[in-house]
Amino acid sequence: MIVGEQKTIAEIKELVAPFKKVLILGCGTCVKTCFAGGEDEVATLTSALRLAFKKDGKEIQIEELTVERQCEDEFIQEATEAIARNEVVLSLACGAGVQDIAKRFEKVPVLPGVNTTFIGILEKHGLFTEECVGCGDCKLALFASVCPIARCSKRLLNGPCGGSKEGRCEVDPAIDCAWQLIIDRLKTLGQLENLRTYVQPKDWRSSNAGGPRKLVREDHIL
Amino acid sequence: MSQVSSPISTLQRVLAEGTFAVTGECGPPRGADPDVVNGKIEHLKGFVDAVNVTDNQTAIVRMSSIAASAHLLNKGLEPVMQMVTRDRNRIALQSDIMGAYSLGIRNILCLSGDHQTFGSQPDAMNVFDIDSIHLIRTVRDMRDEGKDMSGHDLTCPPRMFIGAAANPFADPFEYRVIRLAKKIDAGVDFIQTQCIYNMDRFKEWMKLAREEGLTEKVYILAGVTPLKSAGMANYMATKVAGMDIPEPVLKRIAGVPKDKASKEGIAMCVETIAELREMEGVHGVHIMAIEWEEKVGEIVKAAGLLPRPEQS
Repeated sequence: MIVGEQKTIAEIKELVAPFKKVLILGCGTCVKTCFAGGEDEVATLTSALRLAFKKDGKEIQIEELTVERQCEDEFIQEATEAIARNEVVLSLACGAGVQDIAKRFEKVPVLPGVNTTFIGILEKHGLFTEECVGCGDCKLALFASVCPIARCSKRLLNGPCGGSKEGRCEVDPAIDCAWQLIIDRLKTLGQLENLRTYVQPKDWRSSNAGGPRKLVREDHIL
Repeated sequence: MSQVSSPISTLQRVLAEGTFAVTGECGPPRGADPDVVNGKIEHLKGFVDAVNVTDNQTAIVRMSSIAASAHLLNKGLEPVMQMVTRDRNRIALQSDIMGAYSLGIRNILCLSGDHQTFGSQPDAMNVFDIDSIHLIRTVRDMRDEGKDMSGHDLTCPPRMFIGAAANPFADPFEYRVIRLAKKIDAGVDFIQTQCIYNMDRFKEWMKLAREEGLTEKVYILAGVTPLKSAGMANYMATKVAGMDIPEPVLKRIAGVPKDKASKEGIAMCVETIAELREMEGVHGVHIMAIEWEEKVGEIVKAAGLLPRPEQS
């Protein structure tokens, strides 16, 4: 999923302060799963903002709405009337959702209420970890299904650097050394010999280094 | 690794002749004053065969390794230009290798580099377009095939004597020799190791390297750093990534009075060099006297490694 984290109340408050009528628009898919922008978070944020502005003696009208996904037109349309009633949209979707709303409603300012952080997993309750950078050319088969591009701090493709210690990355002991994980898993799979293979430099053209990407599916074009 | 008819550099010549090589290290200043580099050169000249010039080491912005290497050349001291993949993409790396060669630089040490979060500007973006093994292969292909990474023929290909680092003390240990083999396959000519304080582990690593036949394929220069004080030893043991300083070493330096600690550190360093000289497959020593270049002469002399061969 896309993992995100809600911005601080202070930052959000500053963003919406110039407006009197605000729609807080949640997204019911990825950011809901990571507790950043689903309907529960929309409700909590609305209360917190009302309270914060009230303390300042400032009147602000906040409307709440959550759609299933802010990255698909079909669901975005459900927000049309609510958006028309307000001066600004504070989107709690990922960066893609924020921009898609802006694309559909060109005269309405759309503000981000969430910091989009990474493509990751729920490793355990309360812990999300980055697993993929969306490089566009998956090489997980070479690395026992542990991605060194997403998970090695130096994106090394040919083995761990000299800073791997007891399975930890030199950058931060809280980070697992991706290469230790790769080696452990190769060992389990009986494929340790793979480590001797020279892995070519990455062709970054498939990543966003090649410019903004598009995916065309001819078979789905109506 | 047999006799080389036309060595690329002094360092290659010294190693090919079978002389126990000595390299030093020079960290460029956090400023643009060439006299700082020149001062370090004076401390090192005559005592070492070549000097590593670090490339924004510990991710702290400094005078570039290419420029500082050129200052060394001007003073008749051979540089080993360090180059990290942290700050430059493949385009910039290849361009700088050609530029460095044009200035007379003949040795390169290919590294990935300390992560920028350790440095003075942790808010910087890193590059890591390619890794150190890719860089080794790139320099090799430029030299031996006369081609850049795109396969384009180069007019006057840069001919570098290619080095890389190895850390026998990092984990996973059993992989460390495989990594050395990968670097050799990629085209490395010489290796400089992390500072050695844990001699048992280094011996074990060398044994594995010998068993794989790697010491026949690459020159290994064992890294040493003299300890200045117990405080420095503790700092290195606990704060510097990839460092392994065993308890007895820490105790020995802490066991002498403060004003005698640096003398003890130098004595320990000289003893380590003596042990390394006797070790099969060790072809030289790399002395990293960090901001203590003035002691290199004393160490090399006490280790019985003087006089050094003529510079080419």
